[in-house]
Amino acid sequence: MTVSTDTSALAGVSAPATRLRSLGWVARRAAGGVFVLWAVATVIFFALRLIPGDPVDAILGGPGSQASAEAVDQIRAEYGLDRPLIVQYFLAMSKLVVADFGTSYALKVAVAPYVLTQLWSTLILTIASLVVAWLGALALIISTSGRGRISRALGSGLELLAAAVPHFWLASLLIILLSNTLNWLPPISVPGPLGLVLPVLTLALPLTGFLGQVMRESLANAYEQPFVLSARARGESEWGVRLRHVLRHAALPGISLSGWAFGSLLSGAVVVETIFARPGLGRTLLNAVTIRDIPVVTAVALLSALAFIVVTIATDVIDRIVDPRVTEVATR
Amino acid sequence: MTEILAGRLSRPAGGAPGIRGNRRVFSSVAVVIALAVLALILTAALAPQLITTADPDAVAPAEAFQSPSLAHFFGTDESGRDVYTRVVFGAGNSLVIGVAATAVGLGLALFLGLLGGLGSRLGDFVSTRIVEVMFALPGLLLALVFIAIAGPGVVTSTVAVGLSTAPGYARIIRSQLRSVRNASYVEAATVLGHSRARIVWQHILPGALTPIFVLGTLGVGQAIVWASSLGFLGLGVAPPAAEWGAMLSSGRTYIDVAWWLTVFPGLAIVATAAAFTVLGRALNARTRQEASG
Repeated sequence: MTVSTDTSALAGVSAPATRLRSLGWVARRAAGGVFVLWAVATVIFFALRLIPGDPVDAILGGPGSQASAEAVDQIRAEYGLDRPLIVQYFLAMSKLVVADFGTSYALKVAVAPYVLTQLWSTLILTIASLVVAWLGALALIISTSGRGRISRALGSGLELLAAAVPHFWLASLLIILLSNTLNWLPPISVPGPLGLVLPVLTLALPLTGFLGQVMRESLANAYEQPFVLSARARGESEWGVRLRHVLRHAALPGISLSGWAFGSLLSGAVVVETIFARPGLGRTLLNAVTIRDIPVVTAVALLSALAFIVVTIATDVIDRIVDPRVTEVATR
Repeated sequence: MTEILAGRLSRPAGGAPGIRGNRRVFSSVAVVIALAVLALILTAALAPQLITTADPDAVAPAEAFQSPSLAHFFGTDESGRDVYTRVVFGAGNSLVIGVAATAVGLGLALFLGLLGGLGSRLGDFVSTRIVEVMFALPGLLLALVFIAIAGPGVVTSTVAVGLSTAPGYARIIRSQLRSVRNASYVEAATVLGHSRARIVWQHILPGALTPIFVLGTLGVGQAIVWASSLGFLGLGVAPPAAEWGAMLSSGRTYIDVAWWLTVFPGLAIVATAAAFTVLGRALNARTRQEASG
């Protein structure tokens, strides 16, 4: 964020103070984010050492390996696993600070580029799902709010069911219906946009129901605000009221929840990527935890924590833009 | 999700009578359906013999992969076991896991929430940071790492689900305690010279903890979904046992030939989760009504 003098002069006396406060707010949030990343790295480091079994086994390709004692010792020295735990910890942290994630135990490739390609695949999936879910929820809300009792009940009923559907079941149903019966789409995630349809639908539908539930409530409250009455009194049409005035309020809790939703999409990605055999962070994580590939698990955990922090801060910023009242409350 | 639905607990109730009235019509029908579903599931969990006469683990290879019929309502699986019977017997497993996981999550959250809501500034700082860190890790990652440490199984997956739901609960409990702590009746008790312990015990806790019951009801359905996801990934209940997630996991292999292996256990999960959500929301609306007079 850059502070330019001429705009602050135009904006009036209180502008610099407000901007300072905003800068301070951003700085505090960033510092908090760094702390969380450090804590996540620490928790993951020690938690993974608690997993029973010898990490050397993971490096040598599973507990069944017939490696000699000398080979085991050599590997242990090579990966620094023979040093005291606390030394290993500080070594690992000092490497993480410069974004050195090491080498995967199982795949024997550098972790950072490998995980980044997986991240890309998962990001496409989650962002597409988030967009689809938002569009779906808005469409559902706009079309069924304020209408008759039956359409409202239908809307909330749909949202309720959608929100209660487990990802893995929805995925199976979609495969049965759209792949096996109708033969429209491939049952596994092939490269290209066609392969993205089923995974995105699977992740987006429950989220649609969930966002719809949350926004429906605040929409009902927004309809009772005085500004709606005054808009109506000015002769605003029903759709004008809905789109120009009420929707903005209804969207607020949805926006603040998108950070949380993004986190839950990452969890959902584990299931969806497994079912549709799609490369990505989730499947990588599941495999890495199973074979105890410590560097990969650490990298995935840190990346998802970082993504979560960035999205949370971003949603807070959007929240402040959509609803200026937030700033006043927060800085008071 | 629970966290957010229940996050509205602390907000003041309000609304035009028209909209509220209409909504009540919908929700009263929904609540009746939800209660019926829960009664059925509870019966299945406590006395499965009342609803089915077959043995959930009885293998009959000659009758494998039969589609739904009058003899087998939900068809049979790859070993000829009756899917309907297995779904009925699975209710107990899923319900126990769901309730226990919610209890674990709420218990942990209560500890963190109390530390943050009523403790010193340091306590609040520490608990807020812990919750933040737990939030930043995707729930399934927490669960996976925990399962990797403790080994897969029913108890582990229950605790894992509890662990991954705890941060959401903790945040709500903390804010609930904070808002009650500043309520005028607490101030009045302070002015009256009551001891701090008495104020906390008699005034703050009852006011803040009523929503926990609601929170728990909302959470059970979600916990069942979570636990079944772990079962689906092969990290929950060991295969021969009838558990909905595990049944779905083994049914996935035969998805091309036997859709009923996938559809019916999943329907059971959705019905249970939705029923708990409806009930939780109804309880929530009711507590808010009582709170507002």
